[in-house]
Amino acid sequence: MKNIWTIAKREYDNYFNGPLAYVVMLAVLLPMGIYFSLILFYSSQQAMFGGGAAPDIQPVTGLFAFLMIFLSPALTMRLLSDEARMGTLELLLTAPVRDSELVVGKWLGAMLFILTTLLVTLVYPLVLNNLVDPHIDWLATLSSYIGLILLCGAMLALGVGISAMFSNQFASFFVTLGLLFFLYFMIGLPASLLPQAGEVFNYISIQNPFDQMNAGTITLGGLAYYISLISLGLFVGTTAIEIRRWR
Amino acid sequence: MIKVSGLTKDYGSRRAIQNLNFDCQQGEIVGFLGPNGAGKTTTMRILTGYMPPTDGEALVAGYDVVEESLEVRRRVGYLPETVPLYHDMVVFDYLKYMGELRHIPNVDDRVDEALDMVGLINRSNGYIGNLSKGMKQRVGLAQALLHRPEVLILDEPTIGLDPGQVVEVRELIREIGKERTVLLSTHLLNEAQNLCDRVLIINKGKIVAEDTTENLQARLLGAERVVVRVRGEADELAETVKSVKGVRKVESLEDGGVEFEFASGKDLRPEVARQVVKDGYDLLELRPLGMSLEEIFLELTGNEGRK
Repeated sequence: MKNIWTIAKREYDNYFNGPLAYVVMLAVLLPMGIYFSLILFYSSQQAMFGGGAAPDIQPVTGLFAFLMIFLSPALTMRLLSDEARMGTLELLLTAPVRDSELVVGKWLGAMLFILTTLLVTLVYPLVLNNLVDPHIDWLATLSSYIGLILLCGAMLALGVGISAMFSNQFASFFVTLGLLFFLYFMIGLPASLLPQAGEVFNYISIQNPFDQMNAGTITLGGLAYYISLISLGLFVGTTAIEIRRWR
Repeated sequence: MIKVSGLTKDYGSRRAIQNLNFDCQQGEIVGFLGPNGAGKTTTMRILTGYMPPTDGEALVAGYDVVEESLEVRRRVGYLPETVPLYHDMVVFDYLKYMGELRHIPNVDDRVDEALDMVGLINRSNGYIGNLSKGMKQRVGLAQALLHRPEVLILDEPTIGLDPGQVVEVRELIREIGKERTVLLSTHLLNEAQNLCDRVLIINKGKIVAEDTTENLQARLLGAERVVVRVRGEADELAETVKSVKGVRKVESLEDGGVEFEFASGKDLRPEVARQVVKDGYDLLELRPLGMSLEEIFLELTGNEGRK
């Protein structure tokens, strides 16, 4: 366990050593801030004419989820691919660290970075809370954030798993991006196209459980789905490292 | 400390090493000598738990490298051939990170100790990317020494160092080798000769010779060669040398010296000296020509390698 923490801590620090942390934060916080302001303007305008509902935080958290499709590959592409390319993987694989600890540590490092970013985005509900009367629904906001944490965890785990397979970080980036795009937008499509039994595709879309949680409904199925995806990603990563040894 | 039996490794259809058998004792420095691609790095990677062998087994510090890989890795210090460093990290932080992965107590002090051993204590706050090649090599060495390992495996430890540093690093390895086991690979023969207690010569994945450097020389030669020189013209010197009983293969050299050979163990130099003086020459030099490890190496491996 201590090894996982040591590795996670280094990865976390490493994000801030280079520009990546700041670029990713900019890419998330800037669109979110603009979008949030627009929502406020629109709602206040509506209110002036005596109509419209009070704004809530859902569209902003939804945007974060959307942006993560592009940003989580950027966060995970380097994690193991670069170690393999630089030869530093040899160092980690000959240190007394289990392959699984290595993979989980890398994932946790990326996860800590996302949690930090999510912490910053808490300003939006806090600001909104002061603008609407009586208050925003904090439980619904909590549900949105739980959804985001799980969704990001799943995306990052898949990214780490793919990063372990390639020695080229751009290969990792595009494969992860393609997979997330497919799981987010496309896998649910047959649900509306097939005449019957298409709903099953809704259950394997990475977007659906999040949308439910963002709307305030946490289902056991959704929790189980994301936790399974996280386990799958980390398992694939560990296996890829083991295969590397045997090659 | 290291015991290898029947070790074999295939990369796809290519056999990198084949049925290696050797062992290394505690307090011994063993040199692993061979041309490029002979299987030195492959063997070392197996011994450090980086990858499993295809066949055979290896015990390091009493633990099996496949079954008890973590135990092995705890006890081994490894400097890979391409020194793996994070270029965007500070030297101290890098070593501290490696130390924490190895659960070293008082890791800050131990990092300083290791940096002191390799003479880099004044660069501990610099970025690794800004160091010279030799300094990077020494950071790698510090990383291998950090946890005071029982077994030290060094893949070409002195490559890229300037002559002064080479001497220092060899001194350091010699110091460590007094108590612990060191297995180092090199293709520098003089390094193996003056650093190692024992040499394993490996070629095309097989061990072709294994012995102390002295024994290797003696075994290959089976005889000792000596050159004799005298003052002034000495046309008849060869005849004089030939007249001593037991001397073989007498050859006159272009510079006036004479080379001859006798069976090892029966030193004929006193007899030759006496005879030379008796025949009225002024004896200047009587020098044994030990076969250098270079020649042995070429003898064992090079004939195929050079063609």
